[in-house]
Amino acid sequence: MTRAVVLPASALVGRPPDIDMTAELGSLVMPSPVLTASGCAASGRELDQFFDITTLGAVVTKSIMMQPRSGRPTPRMAETPSGMLNSIGLQGPGVHSFLEHDLAWLRERGARVVVSIAGNTVEEYTQLAKLLRMYDGIDAIEVNISCPNVADRGQVFACRADTASSVVGLVRRNTDPRIPVLVKLSPDVTDIATIAVACERSGADGISLINTLLGMVIDTETMRPALAGVTGGLSGPAIRPVAVRCVWQVRQALPEIPILGMGGIRTGADALEFILAGANAVCVGTAIFNDPSAPARIHAELASALADRGFTRLADAVSYAHRGAEGASEGPPADAEAADPAGESGPDDSAASEAAQTETADDAAIANPDAGA
Amino acid sequence: MPVQVRSEVVSTRRAGIYHVLTLTADGVPETTRPGHFVGIAIGDMTSGLLLRRAFSIYGVQQRGIYGGTVEVVVAATGPGTRWLAQRHRGDQVELVGPLGRPFMLPREPVSCTLVGGGYGSAPLFMLAEQLRQRGCRVDMILGASTEEKLFGVLEGKRAASTVTITTEDGSLGETGRVTDALPEVIQRAGSEVVYACGPMGMLASVAEVAAEHGAYSQCAVEEAMACGIGVCMSCVLPVVGNDGVTRMVRSCVEGPVFQGDRVRWADIGTIPPDTLGAPEVTQRSSGLTAVTPGAQA
Ligand SMILES: Cc1cc2nc3c(=O)[nH]c(=O)nc-3n(C[C@H](O)[C@H](O)[C@H](O)COP(=O)(O)OP(=O)(O)OC[C@H]3O[C@@H](n4cnc5c(N)ncnc54)[C@H](O)[C@@H]3O)c2cc1C
Ligand SMILES: Cc1cc2nc3c(=O)[nH]c(=O)nc-3n(C[C@H](O)[C@H](O)[C@H](O)COP(=O)(O)O)c2cc1C
Ligand code: FES
Repeated sequence: MTRAVVLPASALVGRPPDIDMTAELGSLVMPSPVLTASGCAASGRELDQFFDITTLGAVVTKSIMMQPRSGRPTPRMAETPSGMLNSIGLQGPGVHSFLEHDLAWLRERGARVVVSIAGNTVEEYTQLAKLLRMYDGIDAIEVNISCPNVADRGQVFACRADTASSVVGLVRRNTDPRIPVLVKLSPDVTDIATIAVACERSGADGISLINTLLGMVIDTETMRPALAGVTGGLSGPAIRPVAVRCVWQVRQALPEIPILGMGGIRTGADALEFILAGANAVCVGTAIFNDPSAPARIHAELASALADRGFTRLADAVSYAHRGAEGASEGPPADAEAADPAGESGPDDSAASEAAQTETADDAAIANPDAGA
Repeated sequence: MPVQVRSEVVSTRRAGIYHVLTLTADGVPETTRPGHFVGIAIGDMTSGLLLRRAFSIYGVQQRGIYGGTVEVVVAATGPGTRWLAQRHRGDQVELVGPLGRPFMLPREPVSCTLVGGGYGSAPLFMLAEQLRQRGCRVDMILGASTEEKLFGVLEGKRAASTVTITTEDGSLGETGRVTDALPEVIQRAGSEVVYACGPMGMLASVAEVAAEHGAYSQCAVEEAMACGIGVCMSCVLPVVGNDGVTRMVRSCVEGPVFQGDRVRWADIGTIPPDTLGAPEVTQRSSGLTAVTPGAQA
C-alpha cells in the first residue's frame, strides 16, 4: 500500500498521542484504564448520552443487593469544599431487576461490566455471587464491603481484616474462576495495608481503593445535621490525597496485586497520580456530577500526560513513583524520556535497561514500608 | 436528548431580585419543552463547588445571531447561584440540557391554570405560549412573599387571559398565598388542568386544592440535586406508580414534573414504610442507630 498523503510534522500536533492505554486487572484486560466509580454512573445508560460508554475500561455498576432497597430519606447530599457528602443508603432495585434490565442492557450495548455487590450478611454476598455466576457478560465483580454487618452490631465488614477477608473469600469461592473478584476497601481503618493483605490471602484478585470517608455536616441555619442519615460518605477531590496514600501503602505491601484506584479524580493529571502511586486502573466518581463526560476527557488527558512524560505504555507508569529513593541519580521525567522506545535501538537501550535494573533494586526497598512522617 | 455545551453569556439583566441570563446553547433549544431544566457547572475545572445547579429553562431561541440560546432566571441564594449572578456578557459557563421530563400538554383545548411561586414562574411562560397555540385558555397566578420576589408579572399579562398576583405581605396584588386565589380562578376559568412550579410546600397545597376542585395537576418539584442527570440518586421523593406502589424516584430524570396526585407530599424527607424496599419495621424501630454505622452510600 502506498501512502497517498504525507502529513507535515506540524499536522501531528494535537493528534491524540499514540499511547498503549491497555490496562489489566488480573484477567480483565481493558483498552482504557478509566472506569466509572460504583454509585456514580448508575448502570451506564445515562452517561451513554454524553460519551460512548463502550470506550470506558468498564462500567462499575451501583452496588446491588439481593432485595430492592429504598435507601435513606432526603436530604441525602451536602456539598462540601471540593467534595460532597452522600448518604444514599444503597438505593436499588434488587439483583433480579438489575440482571434483567441493567445487565442485559449493558451487554447489548457492548460495554465491559464490573458488577458491584453489597450485603448485610456474609450469606447475602454468597447468594449474590452464586446468582451472578449464572450470567454471562460480567467482566469482574467488585465487592463493596463498606456495609453494616448485621451479625456484628452493624460494624462495617471493611473495618476488620477478618470480616473483610471472610466476605471476599466466600465471594471468590462462589464465582467463576475466570472472573476477577476485586474487594473495595474503606479508608476509615487504622492500617489499610493489613486489610488488603488479609483480603489478598483469602483470594481477592484485586483491590479497589478507596470508598468514601465517613463525614458529617451540620447546617448552621437549622442547627441540625445536614443529612437525614446524619453521617455520610465524603468524596471528590477533597479526599484525593487520602486515596493516593492508600494506593501507595497497599502497593508497597502487595507489589503484584492489581489495584483499581479512585477518590477525587477530576483530570488526567489526577489519574496519573494514582497510576504512579501503584494503581493499574482508575475510577471516576464524583467528578461525573460536575462533568458527565469526565471519564472520556480524563482518558484523553491521561494519554497526553503520559506522552508528555515520555511513556508509550500506560503499564510502564504503574507504580513509577515507587522507584529510586530521593537523591538517586535518575531524574524522573528525563529518565522516562531516555527509556522512550520511540528511539527503538541505539544508545537509549542501555539507559532503558539501566532504569529497569534500578527499579528491580528499588523493589527491595519497597518491601520495607516506610513509616511516613 | 441532553447535550453538554460550553456556553457564553450573551446578556444579563435584573428583574426584581432575579438575574436573567441568556446563554449560548447550541443543540439545546431544538429539544427543549416547557418544564425542562439545565444543569450549570459553577466555575471552571479548579472550582471547589463541584455540583451542578439546576435552573428551569425560561426561554429558548433556536437561531438568533448567537445561534441557539437559552434563558434562565437566577435567584442568588447561595455560593453557586451568587457566582452565576455575577457573570457578565462574554463569560463562559458549562451547561447540560435539556434535562428532566417536561410538562405534559393536554390533547384537547381545555382551560388551564398556571401557578408560579417566586422564580417558579420561569418555565410557565413557554408553557402558556404552547398551551395557547393548542387553543387552551390560560390563566395565571403568580405569588411570592413580597413584590420583588415575583417574576414575570408583565409577561404574564401578555401570556394569559387573566393574571392574579398574590404576595404574603400585600406589597402587590392580593394579600395571601397562591392557593388562596386558586379555587376562585379554577372555578371562574373552568380549568381542568393546573400546572405549578415553586417551593415544595406550595406545590403540595396546589395539588390538594386542584384535586378538591376536580382538576388534574402537574407540579415541577425542586429537590436538591447533585448530578441532575440521573446517576447519583440524591434527588428522590416518594411517588406512587401506575401499579399503586410507592417508590423513591429520581426527580431529575423521572421529574421534575410529576402528576400532583402521585407525589406523597406529606412524606417527602422520609421513606414511607410501604415504599418498595423500605427498611424492615424491626430495623426502623432502632432509628438512627441503624443508620449510623452504615458509612457508605
Ligand atoms: C428542577 C429545578 C429547577 C430549578 N430552577 C431554578 C430557577 O429557575 N431559578 C433559580 O434561581 N433556582 C432554581 N432552582 C434551584 C437552584 O438549583 C438552587 O437554588 C441552587 O442549586 C442552589 O445553589 P447554591 O450554590 O446557591 O446553594 P447551595 O445551598 O450552596 O447548593 C449546594 C448544593 O445543593 C443543591 N441545592 C441546594 N438547594 C437546592 C434547591 N433548592 N434545588 C436544587 N438543588 C439545590 C445545589 O445544586 C448544590 O448541589 C431549581 C432547582 C431544581 C431542582
Ligand atoms: C453518590 C455516591 C454514591 C456512591 N455509591 C457507591 C456504591 O453504591 N458502592 C460503592 O462501592 N461505592 C459507592 N460510592 C463511592 C464511590 O464509588 C467512590 O469510591 C468514592 O466516591 C470516591 O471516588 P470519587 O471521589 O471519585 O467519587 C458512591 C459515591 C457517591 C458520591
Ligand atoms: S440529581 Fe443525581 S440522580 Fe437526580
